[in-house]
Amino acid sequence: MTKTPRYSAWNLFRKGLSRSPWPRVLDHHELEPSYEVVIVGGGVHGLATAYYLARNHGITDVAVVEKSYIGSGGSGRNTAIVRSNYLTPEGSRFYDRSVKLYEGLADDLNFNVMFEQRGHMTLAHSDSSLRTMRWRAEVNKLEGIDSSVISPEAVKELAPFLDVSDHPRYPILGALWHPPGGIIRHDAVVWGYARAANARGAHIHQETEVIGIDVIDGRVAGVQTSRGPIATPTVINCTAGWASLVAAMAGVTLPITTRPLQAAVTEPVKQFLLPVIVSGSLHTYVSQTSRGELVFGASVDPFASYSTRGSLEFATGLATHVLELMPAIANLRMLRQWAGLCDMTPDFGPIIGPTPVEGFYVDVGWGTYGFKAGPVAGEAVADMIANGRPGELIAPFSLERFEAGTLTAEKGAAAVGH
Amino acid sequence: MLVIICPNCGPRNSDEFTYQGEVRPRPDVNTTDPAEWRRYLYMRSNRADWVSERWFHVSGCRRHLMLERHTVTNEIRDVEPVGGEQA
Repeated sequence: MTKTPRYSAWNLFRKGLSRSPWPRVLDHHELEPSYEVVIVGGGVHGLATAYYLARNHGITDVAVVEKSYIGSGGSGRNTAIVRSNYLTPEGSRFYDRSVKLYEGLADDLNFNVMFEQRGHMTLAHSDSSLRTMRWRAEVNKLEGIDSSVISPEAVKELAPFLDVSDHPRYPILGALWHPPGGIIRHDAVVWGYARAANARGAHIHQETEVIGIDVIDGRVAGVQTSRGPIATPTVINCTAGWASLVAAMAGVTLPITTRPLQAAVTEPVKQFLLPVIVSGSLHTYVSQTSRGELVFGASVDPFASYSTRGSLEFATGLATHVLELMPAIANLRMLRQWAGLCDMTPDFGPIIGPTPVEGFYVDVGWGTYGFKAGPVAGEAVADMIANGRPGELIAPFSLERFEAGTLTAEKGAAAVGH
Repeated sequence: MLVIICPNCGPRNSDEFTYQGEVRPRPDVNTTDPAEWRRYLYMRSNRADWVSERWFHVSGCRRHLMLERHTVTNEIRDVEPVGGEQA
């Protein structure tokens, strides 16, 4: 393993003068016959878990197996929004820890993740949604999260391009304003975690597909991959989109339906939109990247599917809704649209914890809110593996809750997500 | 665009339909226990393959349909009304 050089202005300057090349960021490893921990899925959750296993618990005999390239799934397809203004105390606490980790992530990983806390604004178009937002704001305040309900005038001041008149079909009656929310460069988060986990000794195997999980007497014995078998006592399913299929290899059934979520991006224009704008009633959210493109997302498609093809219904629906919010952008051209797979659970909460198969853990069911939870999920899952049991922060999100009937109630703040 | 050939109305855009999810065996309500009932309510096979599903033609004939759909390619086959042919 080569020593990973520190990224700094000084090193950039020095490398520039000496013209010596930067070493490869990820080492190539042969597949070892056994690992202490095998993580399925090289997205932000899997890589963060590998990183925190090494950093917080000294567990470095870890393999991350990814069937494609790192960040090729949900981690590279989401709309990169980070926030913590959820509805339930357990949800708010959980995501707030993630925002805190994101705030210190660039220093921690020595990688510029470009976290911009531009503020996050959820619009209310009806009395009932205004009521839910007051509720959310009060729950958030009790958890120490900066979150409040603001008037249409304040909305106009923060985002002058929004139509706050009473003309639209869904007029803006107010908004939930969450200053710590913002956007981040999602690829950089993936690369930063991968680089830091690699530097601490974890093996990251790309283009290595898990095709089977060996279970002997109710206990995990190893995984079969496209590059050969690995013996291991611990397997963590950190996949999104394929969570049910990977769990089925170990004989575990999950309460998940996989649905595509479509997103789109426009051509870049001069900065005019600072906060992230979300409208639940209009099923859309929009933010402007630092490059100037507008990034739009929608709610999940109306039926379960593993297909990531875009649809015309999405594009026309999105345009209609966004123009209702911001009529001024009618002439902007859409550059491209894409889809990611979202593992939806019945209660819009994730599933983290052990399963009936000993040694097989899940960190799945992340619906439309998986990216923003990457750091906290990685930290909590690493803690669970090291201590042998789930910590307080993730206890409400166990797989048993569905059989026990103790579901979380996060739909009100997560259904249209972001 | 997904087209479903409704036995009553012919080929229609999937926008007219409500997806009701994969078909799964329902436990006997007289003998089931809460854990089994909740498994029925929440657990899904979620396969990437041909899956039997129920759809409801909400903006058309308002009949419930059974069909098979491939969840990777979204191809649809064997559309039938629930409860067999009826007027």
